[in-house]
Amino acid sequence: MKNLLLTARADISESLRSRWFLAYTVVFGGIVVALFLSGVTESRIMGFTGLSRMLVIYLQITMAILPLFVLITTVRSVAGDREAGIFEYMLSLPVSLATWFWGKFVGRFLVVFLPVFGAMAVAIAWGLIKEAEIPWSQVLFYTGFLFSLALCFLGIGMLISTIARSSDVATGTAFIVWLALLLFMDLILLGVMIRGGFEPESIVTIALLNPLQVFRIGAMLLFDPQLVLLGPSAYVILDYFGEGGFLTWALLYPATLGLLTASLGYLLFRRGDLP
Amino acid sequence: MISFQKISKRFGRVEVLKGLSMEVARGDRIALVGSNGAGKTTLIRCLLGEYHCHGKVEVEGLDPRTHRTEVLRRIGFVPQIAPPLKMPCAQLIRFAAGVSSSDPERMHEISRRLGLDPARLRRQPFNRLSGGQKQKLLISIALGRDCDILVLDEPAANLDPEARHTFFQLLAERQKSAAMLISSHRLDEVAALVNRVVELDQGEIVLDDHVEDAVAMDAVLSSRITLAHPSSAFAETIREWGFESGKGETVWTGRVSGPDRLRFLGVLSRYAALLKGVELLENGADKQ
Repeated sequence: MKNLLLTARADISESLRSRWFLAYTVVFGGIVVALFLSGVTESRIMGFTGLSRMLVIYLQITMAILPLFVLITTVRSVAGDREAGIFEYMLSLPVSLATWFWGKFVGRFLVVFLPVFGAMAVAIAWGLIKEAEIPWSQVLFYTGFLFSLALCFLGIGMLISTIARSSDVATGTAFIVWLALLLFMDLILLGVMIRGGFEPESIVTIALLNPLQVFRIGAMLLFDPQLVLLGPSAYVILDYFGEGGFLTWALLYPATLGLLTASLGYLLFRRGDLP
Repeated sequence: MISFQKISKRFGRVEVLKGLSMEVARGDRIALVGSNGAGKTTLIRCLLGEYHCHGKVEVEGLDPRTHRTEVLRRIGFVPQIAPPLKMPCAQLIRFAAGVSSSDPERMHEISRRLGLDPARLRRQPFNRLSGGQKQKLLISIALGRDCDILVLDEPAANLDPEARHTFFQLLAERQKSAAMLISSHRLDEVAALVNRVVELDQGEIVLDDHVEDAVAMDAVLSSRITLAHPSSAFAETIREWGFESGKGETVWTGRVSGPDRLRFLGVLSRYAALLKGVELLENGADKQ
């Protein structure tokens, strides 16, 4: 455990000094500031009265940016570390491969999750100062969704980093994965599939397996239970699942997928040549 | 202590190591020499458990891959190219000491002996250090641990003469208790440090020979060079070795580490036409 924490700390220390981390933090901090400045709050007429709308927009933007950021930075830095000889040196120290891999995973998770969560926390703190109504259950669920989404794409990023032998290949693969998930979302491919007369079950399955789609429906469901803002597959999904069932799925599935892909990444990492 | 038995390693169609076998005993100081692509780095990575390979690598009967931590706890490694780590130096030392259950103060102490000021470098990112400073810090980490196997890849390449001397002293302190594997492209760089030379060529051992190691690793030679006339090029070169001269810059005096004598003579040979006299006295004795 001590070595795992040391590895996590070393990875955090490396990340905090990277340019990508600065950009990442500025982007998410900037989104919150921009949303405040643009007046996207509960009511334009009554002034600042609550955060619901702002938070849901923040989550929608996060859904578009966070996965790509996490994927690209993870694969670039992990595969880049291997290319630069960091693995050769660090893995010559007496640290077990499990400790190294999972320590890196934990450190990186904190680095990608905390700025996103921190930006949301700042928004909530601002709301409290303004004595606005804070939708606490929504905040808790959104925190859970962000946690789950970050874990999911970090796991996928770690798997890609393990498989790809160069940072260029890893980056390309990460981008394709992100694009594929984006295409299989409600408003794009699923709409086309429904119009094309596909079986509802297959559409629902695709939607439920896509962590981006799951995140999106979950976030919107808390803001707009009628789902007027969502596409057709969300209605079908909610008919099958019900609200409580879907929220549970939205919290657990992406996290589980992230842990599974990371575990697969670890198995491949352990079996292969390290540097 | 270390046993390589029929080690083969392929990368795609290229066979980098071809059934190589070698035994390393405690007290062996091996120069692992060979040109680029000879297989030196691959062999080292097999020993560090970083590569899978065919055949058997054992350290006191343990496979470095399946008994990673036990084996690596005994190995101190200095890479040829320092990793571009961004973490501060203090954290790198803390990490290395933490995972190897060593005392970071020992690493600090060795870094001080090598001419670093660990307090000043505490917050400095490792990748911002100069090449020599990086190498000194990595040597401090490797030698600050309780290792009985040292794997050193071109370890003294970036060190100044004073630090080289300290480094040789540090190795001398361990020469009886440890096995050393010192990799280099050039034998003359490491010849005086070793008692055995293993040359690799295209994945095979083409030479495995014991060599005379009469030169004490911590020996120091007092030297006096007399020139026919002053030369600015010579002055620049010899100052890098810590030599000083009086007026006129025709007589230079300084110290040379025993294991560096071959390298030093190699440098002098470039200025052979200028040399009027060369004196090398080992530890003040009257050998010349």
